[in-house]
Amino acid sequence: MLTKRIIACLDVDAGRVVKGVQFLDLRDAGDPAELARAHSSSGADEIVLLDISAAHQRRTTLLDVVRNTARQLFIPFTVGGGIRTLQDASAVFSAGADKISINSAALADPRLITEIAERFGSQAVVVAIDAARDQDSDRWCAYVHGGRTSSGRDAIEWAREAEARGAGEILLTSMDRDGTGIGFDCGLTRAVAEAVRIPVIASGGAGGAAHFVEVFRDGRADAALAASIFHFGFSRVSDLKQELEARGIAVRWPC
Amino acid sequence: MIAIVDYGAGNLVSVKKALDWLGRDTVITSDRAQVAKAEKIVLPGVGHFASTAVLSRSGLQETIADAIARGVPFLGICVGMQWMYESSEESPEGVGLGVLRGQCERFPPSVKSPHVGWNSLQVDKRSRLFQDLPSSPFVYFTHSFRAPVGEQTVACCEYGGTFSGAVERDHVFGVQFHPEKSGDVGLKLLKNFCAL
Repeated sequence: MLTKRIIACLDVDAGRVVKGVQFLDLRDAGDPAELARAHSSSGADEIVLLDISAAHQRRTTLLDVVRNTARQLFIPFTVGGGIRTLQDASAVFSAGADKISINSAALADPRLITEIAERFGSQAVVVAIDAARDQDSDRWCAYVHGGRTSSGRDAIEWAREAEARGAGEILLTSMDRDGTGIGFDCGLTRAVAEAVRIPVIASGGAGGAAHFVEVFRDGRADAALAASIFHFGFSRVSDLKQELEARGIAVRWPC
Repeated sequence: MIAIVDYGAGNLVSVKKALDWLGRDTVITSDRAQVAKAEKIVLPGVGHFASTAVLSRSGLQETIADAIARGVPFLGICVGMQWMYESSEESPEGVGLGVLRGQCERFPPSVKSPHVGWNSLQVDKRSRLFQDLPSSPFVYFTHSFRAPVGEQTVACCEYGGTFSGAVERDHVFGVQFHPEKSGDVGLKLLKNFCAL
């Protein structure tokens, strides 16, 4: 049976993982390569590395980080943050990424999705959508630039367009829930999951196993991503997977 | 030397990385002479069946067919496995290597496509590729077309019906999933191939 994926996200700033890490057996808890490996051996199905560095310091460090992380990682590896052109994407793939994630650049010029998909295949293109509920219009809007600016686009309609242009997966982050630990936005996730045929990765709000059960069942997510829940040591991926399995969710366990 | 055949489609870095990790000498190449003298051949595949048309145009298809006829072990991955069949619905005008009978087909509309993620296999115990691996291991897939179950199927997968997760005939092997992305299971499978 096709399993629900648990994806560990590493937020990287200037080459180091941020958001406090408590993997006890690590020599260097801020090193992306070591942390990715630790998540992988703990049962993560996939690793997403998100570069959140300021633009000016980004290019010099990112490719080294990707190369070092990819070298010893044998599960799917996605890299996002600051990819604006086909050339940026090519460099990240050459450094060892399997997929790239694009957000602001795709909204600015949706043709970028097609361009990268035609060269590297749709399976390699993840379109990340940062969505927040708009109180006035009662719909979800897609945001750009790390959630600072509204694009004015309806998130669900944008997901459909991204699929039509060649995206292979949607990484959907609820800005309303991000960092709260109160659970994923199942309404948003379900609305997008039902609007597209490509897999939807839910992100934002994970606080415990029950939240993953909810977003897989009610939100119809194909995968769920979390960062801080794993980094702060609340839950190793292996603990989470055992609990999900006990609750009847198909996961890759033991792996 | 293991030749990883480059036919201009997608990203071959991860296959090379996994084989390098296993301590194997590898080369990514589109040079017929280099492929001809390789001790093993790996044909990775990402993207569209039509991208394999380059193989027949460039003569690589002939080189690979000759090598297989000489008994050189061959492994096709994903689209690389689909290319071992006669044809695919994805590109009706395209022609595959035809070492396996049949046509690759689309998933039924009842399931989401592409099939992306970790799915389990039911492995035939006699498989050499899966030697010393569990009988229903999890492996990573990402594909929109699939090969039917046939005589050469050594691992079945369920998604909108049963399809071939892996095929094996003599020294010719194909896997629909990505061993280079399937964690320890995938590395072990590649190791088994290297040890042939």
